[in-house]
Amino acid sequence: MLDVEAQEPPKGKWSTPPFDPRFPSQNQIRNCYQNFLDYHRCLKTRTRRGKSTQPCEYYFRVYHSLCPISWVESWNEQIKNGIFAGKI
Amino acid sequence: MAHAAQVGLQDATSPIMEELITFHDHALMIIFLICFLVLYALFLTLTTKLTNTNISDAQEMETVWTILPAIILVLIALPSLRILYMTDEVNDPSLTIKSIGHQWYWTYEYTDYGGLIFNSYMLPPLFLEPGDLRLLDVDNRVVLPIEAPIRMMITSQDVLHSWTVPTLGLKTDAIPGRLNQTTFTATRPGVYYGQCSEICGANHSFMPIVLELIPLKIFEMGPVFTL
Repeated sequence: MLDVEAQEPPKGKWSTPPFDPRFPSQNQIRNCYQNFLDYHRCLKTRTRRGKSTQPCEYYFRVYHSLCPISWVESWNEQIKNGIFAGKI
Repeated sequence: MAHAAQVGLQDATSPIMEELITFHDHALMIIFLICFLVLYALFLTLTTKLTNTNISDAQEMETVWTILPAIILVLIALPSLRILYMTDEVNDPSLTIKSIGHQWYWTYEYTDYGGLIFNSYMLPPLFLEPGDLRLLDVDNRVVLPIEAPIRMMITSQDVLHSWTVPTLGLKTDAIPGRLNQTTFTATRPGVYYGQCSEICGANHSFMPIVLELIPLKIFEMGPVFTL
């Protein structure tokens, strides 16, 4: 599911998450969290439908660039333990 | 970095800071003029032999010294707002770096490509090499390219801190539970210093920030950072 090679940016194409007009303000925490949720929701939906999860890797790259890794690790831990508060 | 006994602003390393320096000079000139005028009037009042025991009326002068300050305030506000909106412009960053404040060091994460995460501690005085700056130099500097818009995401793991680099005109609070974004573009290479700007405990004065700005070609050569 978490294919490291698939997660790497396309050669020479990915630079950094672009400006997201949904989150124009200084506090980007929602941007980071939303992409994290979108990634897991995308994985869950596409796996359920038996499709390739390659398109979901965009959300992975965005949240990986924006979110502090300690937050991501703690969220992943919560998901693993079934105590994650977000709706996936 | 600032030199000893420096009073003025450091030289600008980003276009926003250049604007801020110009604005500072403009506002300071207005302040000096007003101060000089008031001090002169005070001096005249204190050294005159003339007396006047009648109530006098000066409607015209009162009108002038109400309208004129209002105009002066507008002349200060307009450039100020211009710069404020300039800092908020949408630019397409080339690189995103995360800066996480701890008691009492910074963690930097370069996660656009892979994952480079490292801590940046102030060099203790005993570990300083000749030529190092006391209380300013760190073990691992933040290496960045020049002439590329860089997005900094700043947060904290524990208490409030503030990530500051005066020469870039940057000061952004590191608040736990919040991910503050600031962008900048450096115009010239060099090593630039800043210090934590929000009281955060015993070693608040001992968690500096050091940016090493290098040409893009050298930055692209890959991680040549010393860890």
